[in-house]
Amino acid sequence: MPTKLTINGKPQSVSSSPDTPLLWVLRDELGMTGTKFGCGRGLCGSCTVLANGEAIRSCSTALEKVAGKRIVTIEGLSPDGRHPLQRAWMAENVPQCGYCQAGQIMSAAGLLLKTKKPTDDQIDDAMGGNLCRCGTYMRIRRAIHRAAEEV
Amino acid sequence: MRVVKVSRRDFVKPIGTFVHVGTDGIVTIYVAKSEMGQGVRTALPMIVADEMDADWKKVRIRQADLDKKYGRQGTGGSGSIRTMWSPMRQAGATARTMLVSAAATKWGVDAKDCAVAKGVVTHGSKEATFGELAAAASRLEVPKDVALKDPSKFTIIGKKADRLDNRDLMQGKGTYGIDVRVPGMLYGAVLRSPVFGGKVVSFDDSKAKAIPGVKAVVKIDPHGAEAPWAGVGVVADSTWAAFKGRDALIVKWDEGDAKSETTASLMDQMRDLVTKEGKRVRNEGDVDAALASAAKKIEATYELPYLAHATMEPMNATASVTADGIEIWGPTQFPDWWGGAAGGAVGFTKPEQAKVHVTLLGGGFGRRAFPDVAVEAAILSKAVGKPVKVQWTRADDMQHDFYRPANVQRVVAALDNDGKVTAWHHRLAAAAINTYMGRGEPHESEMFDDEQLPLNVPNVRAEFASAKSYVPRGWWRSVENSSNAFVVQSFIDELAHAAGKDPIEFQLSLIPTGKKIERKGGSAPYPYESDRLRRVIELVREKSNWGKSLPSGRARGFAAWHSFLTYVAEVAEVSVNKDGTPRVHRIVAAIDCGTAVNPDGVAAQVEGAVVYGLSAALAEAITIKNGAVEQSNFHDFPLLTIDQMPVVEVHIVPSTALPTGTGEPGLPPTAPAVANAIFALTGKRLRKLPFGTLSS
Repeated sequence: MPTKLTINGKPQSVSSSPDTPLLWVLRDELGMTGTKFGCGRGLCGSCTVLANGEAIRSCSTALEKVAGKRIVTIEGLSPDGRHPLQRAWMAENVPQCGYCQAGQIMSAAGLLLKTKKPTDDQIDDAMGGNLCRCGTYMRIRRAIHRAAEEV
Repeated sequence: MRVVKVSRRDFVKPIGTFVHVGTDGIVTIYVAKSEMGQGVRTALPMIVADEMDADWKKVRIRQADLDKKYGRQGTGGSGSIRTMWSPMRQAGATARTMLVSAAATKWGVDAKDCAVAKGVVTHGSKEATFGELAAAASRLEVPKDVALKDPSKFTIIGKKADRLDNRDLMQGKGTYGIDVRVPGMLYGAVLRSPVFGGKVVSFDDSKAKAIPGVKAVVKIDPHGAEAPWAGVGVVADSTWAAFKGRDALIVKWDEGDAKSETTASLMDQMRDLVTKEGKRVRNEGDVDAALASAAKKIEATYELPYLAHATMEPMNATASVTADGIEIWGPTQFPDWWGGAAGGAVGFTKPEQAKVHVTLLGGGFGRRAFPDVAVEAAILSKAVGKPVKVQWTRADDMQHDFYRPANVQRVVAALDNDGKVTAWHHRLAAAAINTYMGRGEPHESEMFDDEQLPLNVPNVRAEFASAKSYVPRGWWRSVENSSNAFVVQSFIDELAHAAGKDPIEFQLSLIPTGKKIERKGGSAPYPYESDRLRRVIELVREKSNWGKSLPSGRARGFAAWHSFLTYVAEVAEVSVNKDGTPRVHRIVAAIDCGTAVNPDGVAAQVEGAVVYGLSAALAEAITIKNGAVEQSNFHDFPLLTIDQMPVVEVHIVPSTALPTGTGEPGLPPTAPAVANAIFALTGKRLRKLPFGTLSS
C-alpha cells in the first residue's frame, strides 16, 4: 500500500514499507539526498526536516507517522537557495565539511517559524540536538541572528 | 554521482594538468586533495587563480579522480596547502603564460609586453578574455619554466574568500559518499565481530533472506590491519532493507584472544610500565645527577583514553567490480590506498585496474585514510555482480574505528633554587599506532619531537614502552600531539606554579630566543624557529588580557604547541558549572602558519580544532569491555553541543613565510589550556582525560 504525503509542496505517493524511516524514503526511494544520515536514533540532528512546520528527526520517524503531512527538506526550503537562513549561512561561511548543515538549517528554520528573533538561550534550546563535529557552532549562532534580522 | 553537465568549456583540452579554461571564460581548477571541511576546494583554487590573474568570480572547481598525473593525492597531516603551494602556483603561472602567449601570437606582439588582470589579457588598446584565448592556448606546448609572481602582487591569496562549495551545500546538492547513486546499484550493510580480531565460525541467514528486498548474504574476511573486520554482509535493494537484514543475521563468532581486554586492564598495564625503565629514545646531559641535586622534584602521571573519530557521515563506500577492474566512489582521504586495498581484495593489483572517484567527505580527521569500508564494498560487489554501496550505522562506526591510542605518561622534573628546570625525565607508555600497523618503530608514532619539549632544559631523558592491546589504532586529528601537548603543557604549568612564577613568563623562559633548528626531507624549507613560538605566545598574552582581572568564579589558563610546522598558543577562560563540570567561555588563539592563504579559512580551522580538542577533553572516551567497545552512539560518546560552545577568537600572525597547515595544530593546546585554567581557578590539577566532573 503506497503512503501519501506532501514533500516540498508536491504530493507524493511512496511504496517503502510503513516502518521505513522517512530519511531512507527520501534518500533511497525519492533520490533526495540533501537530508543526511548521522546516528539513526535522533541524537545528532543531521536528518532534520520540517513536518507540518515542526522540526523532526527523519532517521527515527517511521513513514507511517508522517502520512498525509507536509514535509519540507533542505531541497525545498526555498526555490533558489535564497532563504534568509541559506544566505546568512553563506555570509558567515558556516560550513566546514558541511555534512550536518542541512539538518542545522532545517532546525533553525523550525526555530524561526516559532520565534522570530530568538535569544542565545532559545538558539541553544532549539539547536542543542544538532551536532557538528567540525565545530561551526559559533558561526551557526551568528547566522541565525543574521537571518532573524532579515525575516 | 551527479553527472556534471558538459558545457562549451569542456570541448577545449586542459591547459596543463590542473587548469581548464573554457571558451566561455570559465576557469575550472582540478582539486587533487580531498575536501573534509578544511577548505581545500577553495584555498587551492585561490592559489592557482592568483598566479593566473583569473577573475575569481569565474573560477569553478572539479574534484580530481585518482590519477598519477596529479602527484600525491593523499590528504592528511595538515599538508595540503603546504605541499600544493608550489604545484598550484606553477599550475596558475603555466596557464597564464600559455594564455598570454596565445594573445601575443594573435596580436604579433611580445608576450612580455602583455598584461593580465581578472581574466583579461591586454596590450596597449588590445584586449582579449581568457575565454577568447582558451582554444589557441590549449593547443600550445606546456612550458616547463614559468615565472612566479612576486608575493607582494598577490590579489586573491591572503584575502578572505567565501567557500566555493557553499551554494551547493546550502541546497543539499553536495555529493558526499553516502549520496552516490550509480545505475543498477544495490545497498550493503555488514555485521562485524564486536570483539576485535574475532572471526566468523558460522552463520544462519534464513531470517535475513526472508526480509523483503534482501538479495544476498556474503561472508567477509579481514584484509590485514587496514581492513581488519571479519563479518557477514547483507546486500539489498535499499539501505533500510540491508540494515534490517543485517539485524536478522545470527552469527557464531570465534572471539579469540581480545576477549580478555578491558580498559581497566590496559590502563593498569600502562600505569605499571611507566614505573619501569622503558626504551630510551632520547638522553641528553645527566638526568639522574640533576634530579639527585634538585632543590625541588616534581612528579606527575597523566592518563588519556582511546578516542573515536566520529565523523558526522558514517563510513561508506560504493564499488563496482567487473571483469576488467574495480571502480570506487567514496569519501576517502587516500584514494590511492582505497584503490590499492579494495582492488587487491578482489584480485586487481595493478593501479590501472582501480578507478577511484573522490566525493565530498562528511568529516575525515584521519579516519577516512583507512580503506576498510571500500574493501567491504568491493567484496560485496564482486559477490553480487553489481555496484554496491556499503553503509555503516553510527554504532558500526563507533565500534569499528582506528582509535587514538590510549596512553599513560609520567614526568619527573628537577627545579633549582631559582625555579629553573634542570632536568626532565619523561616516560610514555602506549599501544602504538605503528605496532598496530606493523610499520616503523613503536615510539615514532607516539613520542613528541625534541623541540616540543622546552629547549632550555639541559638534562632530558625520554623513554617509551609499548603496551599490548587488541584495539585497532590510527591517526586521529593531530595524532600524538593530542596527547603529548596535554601532558607537556600541563606539566610546565605545574612547574610554573611550583616555582611560583607566572605560567606564560615561565614558559617563555624555557624557550630560547633566536634558535633555529634545521629539518630534513620535505620539512627542510620549514626550520623550527623559536622566535615564532615566542611570538604567538606574546600575541595571545596580549589579546587574551592575560593577567587582567576577571569576574569572580572565572580564571584563565595557557598552553602553546608547535606541530605540523605551525605555531599556536591558546588562552582558555573557564568557570565551573553547578554540576561540577568545567565550563569554557572563551578561547583566544594565536597562530603562525606562514602565509595565510584564506584567513577566514584559517580561523575556521582553528575554531574547529579547538572544538574537536575541547569535546575530547570534556567528555569523550572509548572504553573496552570483553574486547569490544562499550560506546555505540552520541548518547555515550558525547560531542560538544552549541550550548557548550565557547567564543573562539583567532589571531593570525601576519607572515610572508611559506604556508604550513592549519587543520590540526589548533587542537593540541586546547585541553591543557583548559586544565591549567581549572587549576588556576580551583587548585585542582586535572591529569586524566576526559575531565568529566571535577569531583570525580
